[in-house]
Amino acid sequence: MKSLQELAAIRDRMKQTVNTREAAHDTTRVVVGMATCGIAAGARPVLNAFTEEIARRELSGVLVTQTGCIGLCQYEPIVEITMPGQEKVTYVKMTPEKVSRVVAEHLIGGKPVTEFTIGAAAR
Amino acid sequence: MNVLDVAQNSVAAGAKLIRISLEVDDARERLVLTIEDDGKGMTEETISRVTDPFYTTRTTRKVGLGLPFLKMAAEMTGGAFSIRSQPGRGTCVQAEFGLHHIDRAPVGDMASTVAGLIQCSPDIDFVYIVRAAGDRFCADTREMRAVLGDVPLSEPGVAQWIREFIEENTQPILRRSNIV
Ligand SMILES: Nc1ncnc2c1ncn2[C@@H]1O[C@H](COP(=O)(O)OP(=O)(O)OP(=O)(O)O)[C@@H](O)[C@H]1O
Ligand code: FES
Repeated sequence: MKSLQELAAIRDRMKQTVNTREAAHDTTRVVVGMATCGIAAGARPVLNAFTEEIARRELSGVLVTQTGCIGLCQYEPIVEITMPGQEKVTYVKMTPEKVSRVVAEHLIGGKPVTEFTIGAAAR
Repeated sequence: MNVLDVAQNSVAAGAKLIRISLEVDDARERLVLTIEDDGKGMTEETISRVTDPFYTTRTTRKVGLGLPFLKMAAEMTGGAFSIRSQPGRGTCVQAEFGLHHIDRAPVGDMASTVAGLIQCSPDIDFVYIVRAAGDRFCADTREMRAVLGDVPLSEPGVAQWIREFIEENTQPILRRSNIV
């Protein structure tokens, strides 16, 4: 069973990759819409999948957070990604299966997966 | 159970410490959910209005659904609902559900809910307690912080661990009480 001792090992591993004094403007944010409609549409597994994938690849300077109502129920689960110096990209109808591509191509590769974005869905 | 909506009120109220507890009271056949914070609190007048769905201080939507919904969900199962609050001191919301009532909402993925709250509000301390059938588990971010030092609770690797930590430790307790 997991215990607090394991956390010490995680801390030691992170200290090497994480610059703990990271300035806010260097941080990439992955924001998951977690209003009631988002949760009903499956936002929670999406948030978990992002957290897992980012932890697994040990990406530093990437935070996963949640927000309430984004006002676009029919497109939930919605995920907004903001990278330093880039415009916000909005992904719609996200699923855990889509997450690894977004992490690989957008967060690591720097190129948004346009086919999952709001522009593509509205067309 | 819409624990996230209700806990988010505590976050919005500027709490520094939020306690969430889930208790199975077999003798009284109740499942008791308590969310307690040290945020800005509410006046008597506000308390009397918050269970009215048309009362909210939010600006993005005209109705507040968190508390009225929780109250309804509890009362539907023959349970009870209460809010105690003092301006400047904090708020305690408690919902009691009929443990075996057919209309009792499933507990849901509490481990993800609590881990998500911690991950998204890394400056607030959270205590999550599960008590059932003589067992008790407590996750306290103050203890985690003491171990982590400079590494923030919002780091995905840490958040992932917190979710698994809560899940692995609470699942057996809740399962033994037949509530998940
Ligand atoms: N813990 C708390 N501390 C201080 N004020 C609170 C607290 N909980 C609720 N309130 C007040 O009561 C109001 C109603 O809360 P409620 O959860 O019903 O709806 P909401 O938060 O406005 O919207 P929703 O939960 O549907 O997103 C809030 O807008 C807030 O002003
Ligand atoms: S309630 Fe669905 S996005 Fe706001």
